[in-house]
Amino acid sequence: MHAVNQYITFKLGNELFAVPVKQVREVLELGALTRVPTAPPYMRGVVNVRGKAIPVVDLRLRFGLPAGPGTVSSRILVLELLLDGEATVLGAIADSVHEVIELGQGAINPPPTIAMRWRSEFIVGMGRRGEDFLIILDVNAVFASEQLALAEPGAALAAG
Amino acid sequence: MEPNRFIETFLEESGELLASIETAALHLHGGTGGEREAIDQLFRALHTLKGSGAMCGFSAVAAFAHEVETLLDEVRGGKVPVTAELAGLMLAAGDHIRSLLEADQGGLAADETVEKSLLERIRALQAAAPMPSTPAMAAPAGAAGAAEWSIEFRPEPSILRQGGNPELLWRELRELGECVVTGHRDEVPVLEELDAESCYFWWSIRLRTTASLPQLRDVFLFVEDGAHLVIEPLAPEENPSPGPLARGAEGGEESGREGSAAAKAAQDTQAAQDTKALPSREATVRVPASRLDRLVNLVGELVMNQSRLASAAAQFRSPELAGPVEEIERLVGELRDDVLQIRMMPIGSIFGRFRRLVHDLSRQLGKEIELLTEGEETELDKSILDQLGEPLVHLLRNSIDHGIEDAGVREAQGKPRRGTVRLSATPRGSDVLVMIEDDGAGLNRDAIRAKAVAKGLIAADAQLSDKDLWQLILLPGFSTAATITDVSGRGVGMDVVKRQIDALRGTLTLESERGKGTTVLIALPLTLAIIDGLLVESGDSQYIIPMTAVTENVELPAAERCLRNGRNLIAVRGELVPFVDLRESFGIAGEPPELSKIVLVRYEDQRVGLVVDRVMGTHQTVIQALGRFFRTIQVISGCTVMGDGRVALVLDIAGLVRAANGPETERRRLAA
Repeated sequence: MHAVNQYITFKLGNELFAVPVKQVREVLELGALTRVPTAPPYMRGVVNVRGKAIPVVDLRLRFGLPAGPGTVSSRILVLELLLDGEATVLGAIADSVHEVIELGQGAINPPPTIAMRWRSEFIVGMGRRGEDFLIILDVNAVFASEQLALAEPGAALAAG
Repeated sequence: MEPNRFIETFLEESGELLASIETAALHLHGGTGGEREAIDQLFRALHTLKGSGAMCGFSAVAAFAHEVETLLDEVRGGKVPVTAELAGLMLAAGDHIRSLLEADQGGLAADETVEKSLLERIRALQAAAPMPSTPAMAAPAGAAGAAEWSIEFRPEPSILRQGGNPELLWRELRELGECVVTGHRDEVPVLEELDAESCYFWWSIRLRTTASLPQLRDVFLFVEDGAHLVIEPLAPEENPSPGPLARGAEGGEESGREGSAAAKAAQDTQAAQDTKALPSREATVRVPASRLDRLVNLVGELVMNQSRLASAAAQFRSPELAGPVEEIERLVGELRDDVLQIRMMPIGSIFGRFRRLVHDLSRQLGKEIELLTEGEETELDKSILDQLGEPLVHLLRNSIDHGIEDAGVREAQGKPRRGTVRLSATPRGSDVLVMIEDDGAGLNRDAIRAKAVAKGLIAADAQLSDKDLWQLILLPGFSTAATITDVSGRGVGMDVVKRQIDALRGTLTLESERGKGTTVLIALPLTLAIIDGLLVESGDSQYIIPMTAVTENVELPAAERCLRNGRNLIAVRGELVPFVDLRESFGIAGEPPELSKIVLVRYEDQRVGLVVDRVMGTHQTVIQALGRFFRTIQVISGCTVMGDGRVALVLDIAGLVRAANGPETERRRLAA
């Protein structure tokens, strides 16, 4: 028997990603952000989510991709993370957010060890959605890391 | 309550009990009087540990606590004298109980040999020949024989629910002598109002005994909290001090505190004149800190929404709306003050462990050091207190390890053998001033100077005031090398301490005189949660400047700016003041207005101007942390959500000035 989990899918460039639904508190439109001076560029600032100031990270920049255009389809995924045993809320900007899908354990393959653009320690596995592959992220690991680029050095991504 | 809640409560309580054991033991060690209260405090703590420990299944703790309690009972009976060995034993016993508790929670197993040697020490004390009772412990009437006493006892109504049984008290009194107990039922209410589990009776007792007042009080030791207890001699001519000797007060926090103070005062006069009272026990309600934090957060949101409401109401210009909005503003303000007040705790609550630290360290280093504390009752927000312990420990360690000289050296210099470290807290406006003073060797000016020159922090011929020289120690990178401690006697990790104090929005300064000692002054804000701020704007960004730092606002015509030695300066009433333009420093896009405003702030002893586009006015600021993702940011200390939903950033004045000056300018400033 395999557990079936729900995921939310989002895009960065042409690449499709998924994060577990239970770690996504809500999805917001990209509104006015308050920039925090002297912060690294991938920290885009803070946003007011019902009275709470939430830090916002630009996933493209965090992943070492070129900056995106920021379109009407850009969204903030409000993630609930557990970092060093501390519950933390973080907004993450994606190019677009798509749908909630269900994936059984059987539909998830371990990340390939070679020819990967992404560091495998941040990836739970690869899922399949029709013709598309999607990368299931371990968001806690992604944001616990101090590393700037999550893409393997030298890896190029055709970001649209 | 679920079983694990019991255990949780017990563990929480045991922490406090262990702390009170430590305080009392150190008090005994100090030998400054008040032994009687200290022994009582120890006895009570161990008795509770034994009882609650057994109930929650901590049988090892209960068994060991029982042994210590038995010894203390003999001390109370005057059979075992109060000695330094006893005080040391109590400290060790507390430590052992702590390790037993940790072992039970899955920690390392407690050392059996420790327990064995402690039990041997207990036996050794018990085996010592019964000594003649000391006057303080024995019957006051002494050889004069039996005295007659009148006792009035009105227990707290909840005595039965708490497992108390008055019948047992009478049995104990009868063992002391002839005793007539009269029950009074005049306070029993009518049936509808009667709570079957409450005790409405009170009793008057006549007792003829040779026992002393403390012995009589001991009978009521575990039921006197919240109770009304009066013990008076009936034959005053046979007693050393006439009048009511001990008095407890009925429930209620205020009167309860007064009562115990009165009782203590009475007992003190009875026992000895110069006894020092132990910190009094306050009637309290135990609430998890997380619930308080939630309350503070809710009030924060309330304050924020209140300001939204006020700005919305202002647009309507309706008197029907203006009245209630104003009233809500007043109520919210009061609520905010009260809620913040709940989180205030006396700084003395963290002084206890320092006593232990000083005791242990001075022993370890073979130095004679006395820790004096003052202003224990000074209150600070709990969230600040929680983060204050670590830097204070560091500073005390520095004072003891490097500041205070060895006894021999001190004597040779004509100082008392025993070094003194004074830890004090004093309220000062919206700040609390914490001082750590030692009468040790003081800072070594030449060594610090040589070090600073070697590190390239100052020029070899730079003229520095002492104050500026001392501040060099606080610079990161200055004190990383261990050698400084060998020559100057200070400096290990002072930059870390400084950073921790900065994070609390506090300031740290040093004063020192060679051969006389060193003083570290720390000024801390009362609370971190809500501050008075000045709201300013640059471009479309909003910033809050903590009001405590603001000295004045002036206008800055573009022509009056000048650049000197790479620094921006402006003349304010003839004096040149360096300034920081937020537009430049923060990279804010757009054209500045023709007439900028400049807000003068005080940072340590220097004035700095902050150039902004507009000054909007004062603002009650509910501060939120920026969180871990911005922890490296030095120029911003937090943020706040404004009435219109935007987020304004709270400026960190110290960090901003540092960042604007840069290490180069900072060095020049010190060398200037």
